[in-house]
Amino acid sequence: MNWLPVSASTFAPGVDFVLWLVTIISVISCILIGFLLVYFVIKYRRKSDNDQTPAITHDSFLETLWTVIPTILCIVIFIYGYVFYDQYTTTPKNAVEINVTAKQWLWTFDYSNGKKTLNELYVPIGQPIRLVMQSDDVLHSFFVPAFRVKQDLMGNRYTYINFTATKEGVFDIYCTEYCGTAHSNMLGKVHVLSKEKFASWEDGSAKKVQKASSNLPPAEVGRQLYSDKGCVACHSIDGADGVGPTWKGLFGKNRIFADGTSILADENYIKESILYPGEKIVEGYGPVMPSYKGLLEDSDITAIIEYIKSLK
Amino acid sequence: MSQEQEKNYLENGEGFASWFFTVDHKRIGIMYLWAIGVFFIIAAIASFLVRFEHLTPGQTIMTAHTYNVLFTLHGSMMVFLFIVPGVAASFGNFLIPLMIGAKDVIFPKLNLYSFWLYLLGAAVFMIALAAPADTGWTFYTPYSIESGANVILITFGIFILGFSSILTGINFIVTMHKLRAPGMTWDRLPLFCWAAYATSLLQVLATPVVGITLLLLIGERFFGLGFFDPARGGDPVLFQHFFWFYSHPAVYIMILPAMGIISEVIPVFSRKPIFGYKAIAYASLAIALISFLVWGHHMFVSGQSKLINVIFSVITYAVAVPTAIKVFNWLWTLYKGSIELSTAMLYSLAFIFLFTIGGLTGLFLGALAADVHLHDTYFVVAHMHYVMIGGTVFGFFAALHFWYPKMWGRMFDEFKAKIAFVLIFIGFNVIFFPQFILGTLGMPRRYFNYAPEFQSLHQLSTYGTWIGAAGFILMLWTLMRPLPGKAPGNPYRSLSLEWSMDSPPGTFNFDEIPTITEPVYNYGTKIEEES
Ligand code: HEC
Ligand SMILES: [Cu+2]
Ligand SMILES: [Cu+2]
Repeated sequence: MNWLPVSASTFAPGVDFVLWLVTIISVISCILIGFLLVYFVIKYRRKSDNDQTPAITHDSFLETLWTVIPTILCIVIFIYGYVFYDQYTTTPKNAVEINVTAKQWLWTFDYSNGKKTLNELYVPIGQPIRLVMQSDDVLHSFFVPAFRVKQDLMGNRYTYINFTATKEGVFDIYCTEYCGTAHSNMLGKVHVLSKEKFASWEDGSAKKVQKASSNLPPAEVGRQLYSDKGCVACHSIDGADGVGPTWKGLFGKNRIFADGTSILADENYIKESILYPGEKIVEGYGPVMPSYKGLLEDSDITAIIEYIKSLK
Repeated sequence: MSQEQEKNYLENGEGFASWFFTVDHKRIGIMYLWAIGVFFIIAAIASFLVRFEHLTPGQTIMTAHTYNVLFTLHGSMMVFLFIVPGVAASFGNFLIPLMIGAKDVIFPKLNLYSFWLYLLGAAVFMIALAAPADTGWTFYTPYSIESGANVILITFGIFILGFSSILTGINFIVTMHKLRAPGMTWDRLPLFCWAAYATSLLQVLATPVVGITLLLLIGERFFGLGFFDPARGGDPVLFQHFFWFYSHPAVYIMILPAMGIISEVIPVFSRKPIFGYKAIAYASLAIALISFLVWGHHMFVSGQSKLINVIFSVITYAVAVPTAIKVFNWLWTLYKGSIELSTAMLYSLAFIFLFTIGGLTGLFLGALAADVHLHDTYFVVAHMHYVMIGGTVFGFFAALHFWYPKMWGRMFDEFKAKIAFVLIFIGFNVIFFPQFILGTLGMPRRYFNYAPEFQSLHQLSTYGTWIGAAGFILMLWTLMRPLPGKAPGNPYRSLSLEWSMDSPPGTFNFDEIPTITEPVYNYGTKIEEES
């Protein structure tokens, strides 16, 4: 079984080297100590109450040995830990900046060309990237296991991550600083694209990348958007209550709002809820849903509506 | 012994008042033991449910919010109500006067007052948790301010608990300075006392930081001063500094007494003097002092500066060395001994092994590059449980069995206790070893939901809790039903002072203050040393 995730950034091999180094040291030490423990217990088990034992209290040679060796090992581990960390924290000159904003429980990415994506980060392979990150509310932490990078985000100052992706593919983003109810649903994906694909993503629209999904039925596209755009953080599809109301059986149901009014949940209501969530607050819930205005295209919203309809 | 006429401390007075108003250090120790035992069980049940939830990704038996509340309850109760005040206050109270040849601690009334404060603090803390907080035991701002969890009340509870610890600490320190029997020089002081001494120093010096944090939180909440809340111009990372400046030394408050315990158990069941007495004693003090300077290693990815990270990484490795020295000292005490595998000894040997794993995995986390990957994943969860359970709780269980005859005046069924040990040992490793791998694979901690590829490891970990729970219940069952007949004063032929009187001891411990003429752990014959 594998004990490390795929390695997909220039920093990952360094981290893996340190992990291997310490693992080897640890396994050897554990075997040594475990072996001696068991060996002594068997060899010197009590034979009678009158066993003679020597009153050994010191052994300068051994004591020096087990002071010096751990000291040296610690220094070595520290140095390797430091060297790779130093590389990671030094920003390459040609790094491209991407702004990252976290809020409960979403990631938004702003690119220098004006593009904006939600929970999906697009980067070209081989290009040094510098994430300039901040939080809109509580602490969050941006973690991509495949890149071995992690950094907390906060409200009062920017924090940074440098990485250069070395493998094409789609990798998980986790929030690793506890941030409330839907912390474990604050997920995203990094899409590492080849230079050409990235270029066409940049000047075309995001649609090109999603082309593969566009010949799917709308409800199916909606299902993907549900997890890709982070609705999953707050809405369940199986009736379980979360930060927001479940989508199961939502369509066509009578909605009662905090101000006492009510409305039948139809297409327009759902669209309004997505674009202007603050307008009508469902009774029993807080006004925490972010507006998706400018983040979802009309066709996306239609797809989501179709998906919600399908959840009977 | 003439104590036959005198009633032992358990019989001397009956009913609630005779306990609640007692100034007998032994009774106070026993009351602490019951109190922390209750909190331990509640917190353990919470963790059992948390693990059960992880049988499947997504919802198994509870909602995300309930899950968050339960892990907060588990962590904060274990830390603040069980493990920090726990071993030192319970066994420390019971044992220190017996071990140094004193009739009681130096300030018996203050000692009772500390216990009352502990109860009061625990009550405030429980009321505050009833909110119920879902912040995790670390209460990081600004979430803890926004979430409606009453951080001020929680901190106030910890503050009162801290006061109790400070007073107990002062009491122990002065007791050890002033009440050692004639001939009980510092280099004859049992290592449990050395550990308690180091722990007390930490409690007296580190706990006031909780008070400062409380003041700042009050200033923020009631006077609008911005300390931690970015919305008011404060800095959330500052809160983390305060939190860990206290909580890191607290880690050693938790582990040092357990190190003291096994330093007592191992020589008795090996019939050897402890190897490197001075090294262990001084290592305790060194660890206590350096532990004040490493708090920043909890914050390598918090946004603190690179230089600070490097400095904290270096100092962290400086703590690793004295810790390693201790492990080898315990190990070498076994060499050429006459080893009896009593239950207490099994727990102590398990301590050495599990604590070694806990310590070694700490080396991963101290290395900057590796910590960036491992921070806030299950790796950290596993690491700290290897130290806190494999270390402290195993040490605590060793103590429960080892001093059982002295405390209760009865013996227990060693055979059943050993089966319980085996179950607990296996259960513990099945729970936590898979979590190391979950962590290196990148599974974040405090996650209600998780990716399907992690399911088999999560399930394995959950099965471990069932084995562990079975072992724990068997252990309690065994200890609750002592064997018939009175325990001898010294069932293990120990040379330590606390075994020199009847079991259980009389109210005043010693009829006459003894005079100490030999080094502690004076087992074995000196022949070899001369060669
Ligand atoms: C941060 C949590 C959160 C996220 C993320 C979120 N929502 Fe919501 N949503 C809520 C809450 C809370 C409510 C109920 C309060 C309200 O009406 O605003 C709600 C209400 C709704 C409603 C009305 C539901 C009803 O029962 O009447 C719809 C439709 C909706 N959200 C769609 C979405 C879609 C589509 C997404 C993803 C693109 C999304 N939400 C993402 C929290 C969230
Ligand atoms: Cu987050
Ligand atoms: Cu989070």
